[in-house]
Amino acid sequence: MVWGVLQFPGSCDERDALHACGLTGEARLIWHEERDLGGVDAIVVPGGFSYGDYLRAGAIARFSPAMEAVAEFAAAGGPVLGICNGFQVLCEADLLPGALLLNENLRFVCRQVDLIDAEGGRLSIPAKHGEGRYWVPEKMLDAIEANGQIAFRYAPGQNPNGSARDIAGVRNEAGNVLGLMPHPEHAVDAMTGSTDGLQVFEAVAGSLV
Amino acid sequence: MTPAGADAGLDGGPSLTPPPFTGAEQAAAYKELGLTDAEYELICEKLGREPNGVELAMFSLLWSEHCAYKHSRKLLGRLPTKGERVVMGPGENAGAVDIGEGYAIAFKVESHNHPSAVEPFQGAATGVGGILRDVFAIGARPIAMLDSLRFGELDSERSRFLLDGAVRGIGHYGNSIGVPTVGGEIYFEEPYEHNCLVNAMCVGIAKQEDMVRAAAAGVGNAVVLMGASTGRDGIGGASVLASAELGDGDEAKRPTVQIGDPFEESKLLECCLELLGKGLLVSLQDLGAAGLTSSAGEMASAGGVGIDIDVARVPLREADMEPFEIMVSESQERMLAVVEPAKVAEVLALCEKWQTGAAEVGAITDNAHVRVLDGEEVVGDMPVEALVDGCPLYDLSPAEPQGWIYGNRTTLATDTAAEETLLALLGSPSVASKRWAFEQYDSVVGSRTARRPETADAAVLAIPEAENAIAISIDGNGRRVACDPYAGTIEAVLECAQNLACAGASPLGLTNCLNFGNPEKPTPAWQLDRAVQGLADACEALQVPVVGGNVSLYNEGPEGPIYPTPVVGMVGELPDPANAAPSVFAREGDAIALLGPFEPSLAGSELAKLRGELDAGLPQPDIATVAAACTTVREAVRSGKLSSAHDVSDGGLACALAESAIGTGIGCRVDVQPLRSRGCSPEEALFGEGSGGFILSGERAVLESLGATLIGEVGGNAIEIAAGDRSLSVELAVAESSWRSLGELLDGAYR
Repeated sequence: MVWGVLQFPGSCDERDALHACGLTGEARLIWHEERDLGGVDAIVVPGGFSYGDYLRAGAIARFSPAMEAVAEFAAAGGPVLGICNGFQVLCEADLLPGALLLNENLRFVCRQVDLIDAEGGRLSIPAKHGEGRYWVPEKMLDAIEANGQIAFRYAPGQNPNGSARDIAGVRNEAGNVLGLMPHPEHAVDAMTGSTDGLQVFEAVAGSLV
Repeated sequence: MTPAGADAGLDGGPSLTPPPFTGAEQAAAYKELGLTDAEYELICEKLGREPNGVELAMFSLLWSEHCAYKHSRKLLGRLPTKGERVVMGPGENAGAVDIGEGYAIAFKVESHNHPSAVEPFQGAATGVGGILRDVFAIGARPIAMLDSLRFGELDSERSRFLLDGAVRGIGHYGNSIGVPTVGGEIYFEEPYEHNCLVNAMCVGIAKQEDMVRAAAAGVGNAVVLMGASTGRDGIGGASVLASAELGDGDEAKRPTVQIGDPFEESKLLECCLELLGKGLLVSLQDLGAAGLTSSAGEMASAGGVGIDIDVARVPLREADMEPFEIMVSESQERMLAVVEPAKVAEVLALCEKWQTGAAEVGAITDNAHVRVLDGEEVVGDMPVEALVDGCPLYDLSPAEPQGWIYGNRTTLATDTAAEETLLALLGSPSVASKRWAFEQYDSVVGSRTARRPETADAAVLAIPEAENAIAISIDGNGRRVACDPYAGTIEAVLECAQNLACAGASPLGLTNCLNFGNPEKPTPAWQLDRAVQGLADACEALQVPVVGGNVSLYNEGPEGPIYPTPVVGMVGELPDPANAAPSVFAREGDAIALLGPFEPSLAGSELAKLRGELDAGLPQPDIATVAAACTTVREAVRSGKLSSAHDVSDGGLACALAESAIGTGIGCRVDVQPLRSRGCSPEEALFGEGSGGFILSGERAVLESLGATLIGEVGGNAIEIAAGDRSLSVELAVAESSWRSLGELLDGAYR
């Protein structure tokens, strides 16, 4: 199992993601100008502020050579995990439905939150973002909910950003592309607060088997 | 007269651009730039002629208080700077201490007060950007930020505006660049109303073999300017020269506030660390105050060499910039490197990879002059010694003021019931939870943060490179320093040491930022003198070396000086981050004990402030006994036998107990009778302040074995304290709503 973690100018959490991936396999960084993903088994688009997030979060990164390769990889069924800025990039690239808007209170928020996964399991993971309010048109929201594409919701009362229906993470229709705002790579060690994030990486790795 | 060595190096003719003014006009210009008649005469004497416009601009900046420390350098000589673990001391971009396994921890605190008072968002953001560059300039990867902020009282709209902007600015820069903000402190006091303080501290980690000094070396080596292009940002007092060179009615070259771009800095940071890791740089220096002037001058001075800078080769944002503007511009996100000629191409290629600008703008020379060239023309030529080290250092004329020179404002009546008093203290913005602020900062990026804000007394970061951890604390209660600059400053150092002890850490080194009023006036001079002495004595007694720092003077508003505010940042090491004690109670049934030479007094306390009873004078702390208590607590924490450890600080014992209880949702039952035997009244026992107090919780036998005084137990859902006629019982939920009132207060105002 080999993970590839994209690295854009302005990425912040790529080393943390690399470390977390390393706990469930091998992991290497992929520079944004690479068109060749080097035969990795799964991709992480990490958190941060790719290209400074100028224009709009993720709007420039989606046009990078590496993201063009990721789109092809995803179309071929390869597993892709987008975290925070990575989630924003995947939405901009139309690999996931919806968009991430400015937090309802217009402030950046960094807070440990509880997530509920599709099976009802509870995960304690830090969220940290200024543009994390998930939004899709109401009709589409019903559709992705009916399709079982809601991967994570904030536990009742813990929605930090005003996301529609407490949504914290979604999948694509095929199920191989997953994006979420909270940071599972920052929840892989009890010393820093929680190990629940490992489940997210294991689930993506497990989807390969 | 032709300056010596003017024909060395590049082949421009020796004809130097003449001074822009003569006689009275020149005098008006240098005075407007902040130079005195005597200083100007000294410059002429050192040059052997009158300076031209470029030179005058450069001298006026490097001979300013900000760059030359002319009113503080003599005092700073008192501070102890040596220690076995010191890797880099004062004089470098940042200090550094040995953390083991070939690694060093670099750190420094710096102020950005005046820009933040004008434009809080960009002022605070560029403050963060500047201190980050100081740390990666020595080859360290920044791993943590802390901030120490001071504003006026929150009932002032201006204070709320400044606080909101500064917190957003710190978050904007720190979050975007991927360095966690792990701690800090905020106080609200009237004397900061017009002159807020924004001090930022950065901590980094470096492989010692990759570290680099700022001293330029190697005659013939190239000077490479990296990062952002140069614009007219932050051209302060020197603008008098700009207006002089324009005709009447010309477009005003208005100096602008510096604007930060964390994306530019993120690329520059990664680029510099890769360059240093590959051994491609001889030396590196960031461009901060006074821009190219100070970085080029200081690099040459430290290396005992000369330097040529050709302003025609500096990439510009605006094409028509004058040479002096290029030399003094404070455009952000720039670094100056000395590179061997054979490695220049490789350096430029790596800058290209990181999409960061780079240009060879000059060379190292052997003539001990700073020469400014504009293509072929020499537009400035000054001996390095005169420019960088020639500024006269002044003695202060301190005089102790009579009594309390600041105001008093009563917001709480003396006969208020004990319960109401506790709630008023918990809700006082300086004591209240700062969650509203720290939740706007990314505190977890980097995967090192073992203790987040308000979970322990110090921030704790894992250092897997050396298989240990560090604890960091930043502190400085200006009000108490105003009461007694000597004792108050000692208390700030002891507070940091106590915070580190609660995390199980022993101090490795200290950095400081001295924020004071006008040193040319007797009272601020006296405050500065006494505070530096307190800092020196405390560091000496604790054997903590001062490895770097910053001085910010002339912090005054229309009503007078700010509270004298020495901000102390301390870094310590601990073997295992997992054992760092939480500051909050852990389990019902644990015993609670007080440890240390705590002798609470209402002098200078938060309660005295609320009652409008502030006055000069504080009890003198006994550094040795506090240090001994710190050792006891540190060892107990490291053994992993304590459930919690929290020092007694603002608002006294009652507030410390409330914080430990609120944070975990379990109450406590305490009797302060044992403190009464120390000769204090019930009220002093509850709300009095002073150094040396620790509240520990854990098994009774463990606490007794430490020689701690048992005062109660953890349990229930109220804070119950028996204190004679001032006994109190406050439900946890009620206490919490007071303590957490800051968010509502602020976002209510900004909805």
